Formats: sequence, C-alpha cells, structure tokens
Amino acid sequence: MSAPVTRVPSYQRRIGVFWWVHKRSYFLFVMRELSSIFVAWFVVYLLMFVAAVAGGQQRYDEFLDRATSPLLLVVNAVGLAFLVLHTVTWFALTPKAMVLRLGGRRVPGTAMLAAQYVALAVVSAFIYWLVVKA
Amino acid sequence: MDDSIAMQVTRYRPDKNSQPVPVDYEVPLRTEWTVLDGLNHIKAEQDETLSFRWSCRMGICGSCGMNVNGEPRLTCATFLSDYAPGPVRVEPLANFPVVKDLIVDITDFMEKLPRVKPWIIRDDDVTEIDGEYIQTPEELEAYQQFSMCINCMLCYAACPVYGLDPDFVGPAAIALAERYDLDSRDRGSRERLDVLIEKEGVWGCTFVGECTSVCPKHVDPAGAIQRYKLKAAQESVKAFLLPKALRR
Ligand code: SF4
Ligand code: FES
Repeated sequence: MSAPVTRVPSYQRRIGVFWWVHKRSYFLFVMRELSSIFVAWFVVYLLMFVAAVAGGQQRYDEFLDRATSPLLLVVNAVGLAFLVLHTVTWFALTPKAMVLRLGGRRVPGTAMLAAQYVALAVVSAFIYWLVVKA
Repeated sequence: MDDSIAMQVTRYRPDKNSQPVPVDYEVPLRTEWTVLDGLNHIKAEQDETLSFRWSCRMGICGSCGMNVNGEPRLTCATFLSDYAPGPVRVEPLANFPVVKDLIVDITDFMEKLPRVKPWIIRDDDVTEIDGEYIQTPEELEAYQQFSMCINCMLCYAACPVYGLDPDFVGPAAIALAERYDLDSRDRGSRERLDVLIEKEGVWGCTFVGECTSVCPKHVDPAGAIQRYKLKAAQESVKAFLLPKALRR
C-alpha cells in the first residue's frame, strides 16, 4: 500500500533511568503513579480495620494500639499525602478525559471539577456522620 | 536588552561525531527574531553546514519542531527574547533518532499515521455522483479541534511512553483516529477501534498529559486518548456480556 521507505542511518539517543526528575510535570506524573501503592495500602488497612472491628473489643483495641506506633504513623502520614496527590491529580484529569454535554453545550471543565469536590465533601460528611454521630 | 544571545545547538555530523555534541554560537538578539531566525543566521553567517528542517515560518507546516531548553517547540513560533539573557539550548526533537544535527528520522511517525485509517470510511456505495454529504456546523464542530493537527510531532517528543516504548502508536495518531470517528460522514470507528484497542494502542498511554500541553494547535491528543479508552472499555464489556450475534 505505502511506498517503499529508505532507512537512513541515524543516532539513537538513550533515555536515562532518571528521565523523570528533571521536569516538574514528569516528576508529578511519576509521583501520581507511585501514589497507587498507597491507595492499595489504605484499602488493605481499611480491610484490616474492618476485620478488627468484627473480631471483637480486644482485637479492636489491639488495632488501635498498633495504629499509634511511630512506624505506622509515619507510613500513614506519608500515605495520606500521596492519597491527596492522587485525588487532586485525578480530579484534575477528569474533565480532560470526559466530554459531558448538557442541552447540546459542553459542560466546562471547571464545573466538572467543582462537582467532584462537592461530591467528595458530601460523601466525607456522610461518612463522618456515620462513624462519629450515628 | 543585550544585542546578542548565546545559542547552544546540538550538532551531529555522522562523519565527524560519534554522538551528538553541543556547539556554542552567538546570534543577534532582536525582538522579532525566533529561534528559527537564530538558526538561519548561524547557517547564513557562521556555518553553512548546520542542518535543520523548516518551511513556512508561520506555524502551519509543522516541520520546524525541536527541543528548545528541553521543551518541544515550533522554533518558528518561539522567540529568542523569551530566553534572554540566554543561552538558548536547541536540540533535535526528543524521542526520535537523529539523522544529522537537528534533523530527526520521522519514518516511524509516517508509518504510524495510516495505521489508524485516517480517511472517511463508508458502509454504503454512495459516490460523488449521488451528491455531497451534508454536514451541519454542529457536526463540524464535533471533530474540528482534532483536525487542526499539523503533524509537527511535538506531542511524540513530549511523551515519555513513546520514548520508552516506540511501539506505542502515539498521541497525534490517536487524535487523528478521533477526528474521523467524530465525523458525521464516517462509519469506520469499529475498524479503528480494532487497531487502537491493542496494547500499543490507547492502553499504552498512562495519561501524562504532556502531549496536550505542548501541542501548538490545541488539538488535545490526551483528551482524545482518554475518550478512546472509554470507548475501548465499553466495547470490551459488550464483548464480554453479549453473545456474538448481538454485538455492535
Ligand atoms: S497533535 Fe499537536 S503536537 Fe501532536 S503532531 Fe498534531 S499539532 Fe503537533
Ligand atoms: S516552519 Fe512551518 S511550522 Fe515552523
């Protein structure tokens, strides 16, 4: 179908292992990828928490004890930072990935972004009410 | 403003250099001068062997793409004065093999574009004799943005996925597929999806988003790719849930 191509000799540049540290956007991207590990960690941690609650008062107390150990505190603090990064960056990407139309007009990205934060606030408020008040 | 600016230009002369090397030049700094003007000045006044591509000088032909201070840019649309007091680092477009100086081998890109079948595909036998396809302004608007691509390949130079895995079909090709998919006259989205649903297709993309930031024509290839992923995922779910006869 296509015309034959002549291959010219050329120099192939190498990409270093640390290609992502020199540029802010690449660095943020790699951090966002890395944050998935902490998302997974929190899922596991939540499951452990649920198991502890189901396991009765003693298991629950042990879980709380362990949660205040310095190591876990550090891991969870770092994890939370990555989780925030994960949330903020993915929210920011949503309007780029989705085209929503309402009444024939494209919904502006800022509106979609705002809607996500509102949804996050509502869900958080509900969970807070569920855990603390109910 | 100083009256001159330093340009550090990467040179690669296969007969002289075993690898690309930076060479320093000094060019006049004028408000209306672009990086391309600086290169042309070097070629005219200092070293006529300096090789680079350009044609239109007005951001239309897409041939003058290079990495300027590490960012993929159209050199005819990038002003020297924005980099004062310098130096301005000019390198061949990242992620492509270098043929000579600032000229890269674009064979791979040229082979990738036709893979997404970037033409109007019909499932009927309508010919020009039957009349033209009518399209409303809204139908035009649906794909117009994706039709603005000038094949400058800046998005490929900005994409680390393409840099690490040259088999990835890449941003502009996927945006081009979207351009035809969204065209009301086209019926070929199924055929294009078959190409793009592969590993080297949309799933290669990890949404770095740099392609969209560097695109001089606001094509938004990153957006096109994510929309394609949604389409591909829907197709996979359909294929999983529906018996063969009911699909499409
Ligand atoms: S999508 Fe933009 S950056 Fe990529 S080739 Fe087309 S015009 Fe250039
Ligand atoms: S020379 Fe044509 S786009 Fe720059």
